[in-house]
Amino acid sequence: MFSTSLTWNDLQFLLQGAWVTILLTLASIAIGTLMGVVCGLLRALLPRATLPLAWLLDVFRSVPLLIQFVLFNAFKSIAGLNISAFSVACVVLGIYAAAFCTEIVRSGVLSVPLNLRRASRSLGLSYTQDLRYIVLPMATRVAFPGWLNLVLSVMKDTALVMWIGIVELLRASQTIVTRIQEPLLVLCIAGLIYYVMSLVVARLGARLESRWQEND
Amino acid sequence: MIEIDNVHKSFGELDVIKGVSLTVNKGEVVSIIGGSGSGKSTLLMCINGLESIKRGSIRVDGTEVHAPGTDLNKLRQKIGIVFQQWNAFPHLTVLENVMLAPRKVLGKSREEAEALAVKQLTHVGLGDKLKVFPGKLSGGQQQRMAIARALAMSPDYMLFDEATSALDPQLVGEVLDTMRLLAEEGMTMVLVTHEIRFARDVSDRVAFFRNGLVHEIGTPDQVIGNPQRPETADFLKSVN
Repeated sequence: MFSTSLTWNDLQFLLQGAWVTILLTLASIAIGTLMGVVCGLLRALLPRATLPLAWLLDVFRSVPLLIQFVLFNAFKSIAGLNISAFSVACVVLGIYAAAFCTEIVRSGVLSVPLNLRRASRSLGLSYTQDLRYIVLPMATRVAFPGWLNLVLSVMKDTALVMWIGIVELLRASQTIVTRIQEPLLVLCIAGLIYYVMSLVVARLGARLESRWQEND
Repeated sequence: MIEIDNVHKSFGELDVIKGVSLTVNKGEVVSIIGGSGSGKSTLLMCINGLESIKRGSIRVDGTEVHAPGTDLNKLRQKIGIVFQQWNAFPHLTVLENVMLAPRKVLGKSREEAEALAVKQLTHVGLGDKLKVFPGKLSGGQQQRMAIARALAMSPDYMLFDEATSALDPQLVGEVLDTMRLLAEEGMTMVLVTHEIRFARDVSDRVAFFRNGLVHEIGTPDQVIGNPQRPETADFLKSVN
């Protein structure tokens, strides 16, 4: 009563796609977090001077990711840049993640009460020591849930890179659907793989958070 | 010695300190009393450079606090301050709260800093709370931890900014006892306080602040026991 033409090879193809999704997520979150921490700190500590930065990042936060992919890919061709589609995807997703991460970091830093910073400065800690030992550790705890959200949403946003010709999990599943004409089964499997990947990230995050909360 | 000479301070249009002069000698305990908005807390923040001043000068052991070249981080090492909101660092244990500055600012080793912190925490009666996070402590305990944290830098001066004002009444006593202990050990202290009886007990001199000026200053018996100016008497009546 239940038969399918889905083969073992197809499953492997899906898992290869999932691997590309993981690599893309890791690369773009690494880029995004690094840039986001720097930009977020600057935005929180020098709000006036970095206003133009905020406007620029607003563009990346507001324009749909798909448009950014297509435009940047076209720009690559016009400018004659010889970089792979995967690199394009990492750059675009990385900057997109950085734009969100900046706001997450900024709100974390601003959540540290000014009184605490005064207290640490009054003990003789320098500006940078105060940042390193008081502001950043406290901001991290506040920013972490938002950052975790960003990781999960970027992982799903990687699906859009199929429009610039990269075979990741969703694209792999569509290729198989076209061939065996069993969309429900294939999409269920692809969805399950996304779910498992997200679950791992979310569980790791929850564990870290609960360890922090024990102290509060 | 802390020498405050004709200091003016304003927040925007609002003048909060309008020419205060006050000298605190080594080993002396000076209490500052007065209504809210009289500029007394702001003056404390100016003494260790957490707030800038508009005019005048503040010298601590001869160092001009508000001169452009002054190394404030260095100066603050010898001026401990305890705030109304005790400001415990919530992500560090009680022990780590106290160890942080000796390690990072004075460059002491972990062992040295820990020994120092344990000594100070025992001194304020928190020897059994070393590994606890501040969130688990009462307000009075957190405030005593803040005192130990300041003392761990071996300051020459201690400033108290309404250290008991945010505490539940039954917790005030334990913090005052700790402060009294310090005074008896000869620490140079400036207390901004609303605890008039305590100020009378421990102070060498009391200054009554009004409208950003020192309105009356003298021994506790003079200022609190027998105020010469009607505003001082009115204030004392209103808080008792």
